[in-house]
Amino acid sequence: MEVKQDSSLLKRKFRPTEFIAEFFIKLISFFSFIVIILIFVFVFREASPILTYTPTLQEIPEEELLQETYGEESLENLNIGPRKTLEEHQVELESEPKSIWQNIFGLRWEPISAQPKYGVIPLILGSLKVTLIALLFATPIGILSALYTSQFAPKWLREILKPSIEILAGFPSVVIGFFALIVMASFFQEIFGYTYRLNAFVGGLAMSLAVIPIIYTVTEDSLAAIPKSYIEASLALGAERWQTALFVVLPAATPGIFAAILLGFGRAFGETMIVLMATGNAALATLSIFDPVRTMAATIGAEMAEVVFGEFHYNILFFLGAILFIFTFALNAIAEFVVRNKLMKRFSGGK
Amino acid sequence: MKRFKKILGGFSIYSITFISSFLILLILLVIMINIIRGGWSNLTWEFLTTPPREGMTAGGIFPAIFGTFFLVIIMSILSVPIGIISAIYLSEYASSGSIFVKLIRFAINTLAGVPSIVFGLFGLGFFIQFVGKGLDSVLYGNAILKWGQPNVLWAGTTLALLTLPVVVVSVEEAIRAVPRDLREASLSLGATKWQTIKKIVIPNSLTGILTGTILAVSRGAGEVAPILFTGAAYFLPYLPSSLSDQFMNLGYHIYIMSTQSPNVEETIGIQYATTLVLLLLTFTLNFTAIFLRYKVREKLRTGR
Repeated sequence: MEVKQDSSLLKRKFRPTEFIAEFFIKLISFFSFIVIILIFVFVFREASPILTYTPTLQEIPEEELLQETYGEESLENLNIGPRKTLEEHQVELESEPKSIWQNIFGLRWEPISAQPKYGVIPLILGSLKVTLIALLFATPIGILSALYTSQFAPKWLREILKPSIEILAGFPSVVIGFFALIVMASFFQEIFGYTYRLNAFVGGLAMSLAVIPIIYTVTEDSLAAIPKSYIEASLALGAERWQTALFVVLPAATPGIFAAILLGFGRAFGETMIVLMATGNAALATLSIFDPVRTMAATIGAEMAEVVFGEFHYNILFFLGAILFIFTFALNAIAEFVVRNKLMKRFSGGK
Repeated sequence: MKRFKKILGGFSIYSITFISSFLILLILLVIMINIIRGGWSNLTWEFLTTPPREGMTAGGIFPAIFGTFFLVIIMSILSVPIGIISAIYLSEYASSGSIFVKLIRFAINTLAGVPSIVFGLFGLGFFIQFVGKGLDSVLYGNAILKWGQPNVLWAGTTLALLTLPVVVVSVEEAIRAVPRDLREASLSLGATKWQTIKKIVIPNSLTGILTGTILAVSRGAGEVAPILFTGAAYFLPYLPSSLSDQFMNLGYHIYIMSTQSPNVEETIGIQYATTLVLLLLTFTLNFTAIFLRYKVREKLRTGR
């Protein structure tokens, strides 16, 4: 039915207050986007000098500085070779590869030594090692308890579980790090009898405490988003409650669970305080899970306070930050893409 | 046989999922009992109100508590208003399809996922080296170093960026819980959109705004990585009194006392007690927030 419109009545009146309010609200809400751009620009800006860096022959300082190790282990003999004489140094300097990229993708991280080596490989390896150990524990525990909460748990237990997870999620990471450093490290040393009290295993295990709430929450959300009709159809066909949970509900939530794991991965990869306190912080490129490791985030946290602004060491720490940023950025983008496109389409009638 | 399999399958699924959930509760309990037991005896009034003595091997943690509060206040002043306004825009003004909204949402999600240490780097590279050094050269002609060095303002600003998504998410949830009818009634009475937001939407979502603020404060109070090199100090003989001062911080105090101090064994009681204080602080804040959010969700469900 057509309705004749009196345009003079329906025409929007221009109200300055309205206009100003909307303008400012829009402007301020754009702030977060500007911050992302700024983070991008400034982290890369401070990292960029390494691209144009030309290595020069460095003078040997009068005192050779030993690399600092954090935590209780003293590992000087592991990652710092025997002290060399001046002549030996000179020879080494000349035979060293000149390209900075060969230095950066080397296997040794010794930024504070006469012959600084900025090999990031052991740091990347360290981050991956701790992250994978954390996920190994957190993924099954997170997913299974989310399944229990959404499918089996009686109401009273659910109301204990969900706030408990939120409390765990609210634990400051420095508290988890402290607990790992003081209690977990000694406890697991007694069980497994490893040499170094602080190592990738303890760090990873402590990290899983920070990752469990993320995996749990995202999984639980995607389990709760599954339409009731799926469950009812399955039950109506004679399936048991557990069969429905395992063969209908869980498969339907796979994109959400995948996203949960990705987000957990990102969290663990970028976490600083737990690894700084619980992994021993020695840049070793080994594969054993009971060796101390130094992750990228921990390296930034431990060394940034001591470097001189504008030095190569300063730039390379920003370079590590840039890697972390890009990596977590990509993980989040993928996770969001998966949830938005797969999960939502599936439930809104698409295929 | 088939029936037996069914029962066994059911039993194992039930038990394995139950054990996982139980494990989480157990871990939580073990950590809390351990920290309460370790810290309780040292947690005296004197501990809370006096500064550290004898090279931080005795005395209290008052400067760290004060510094944490100072930091968190600066952080909230910056992140809460911006967060609320962003949430209002996203839920009231924005049309969900527009590219502008997608950008903002993407930015907030990304901010939530950026590792906290990267925020620290950004604080150093942008606030201290760029803004701070810039201010110094404009105001004092580089004669003195006032803003171009780590201080409580830059640490608070850095934390504000980190906690912005926390505020946006919970305020937005609260605004969405305000019934449509209220808005429509207001609009049909001739109120404009801004008047409706000011008189109806914001007053009705105050609980959510409070929840967001509390969650942000709790998060900010516990974060250490972003302030490692943007303003936290190992030890200060005085309390920070201006925005350009450095500060002591509870989380940072735990970190240095347990890893950098020469006599870790001797100060274990202080470390435990500091951890307990930080845990109690975040615990209380989180618990309040969870309770308030529960009320918001209840309102959303019943529509009242």
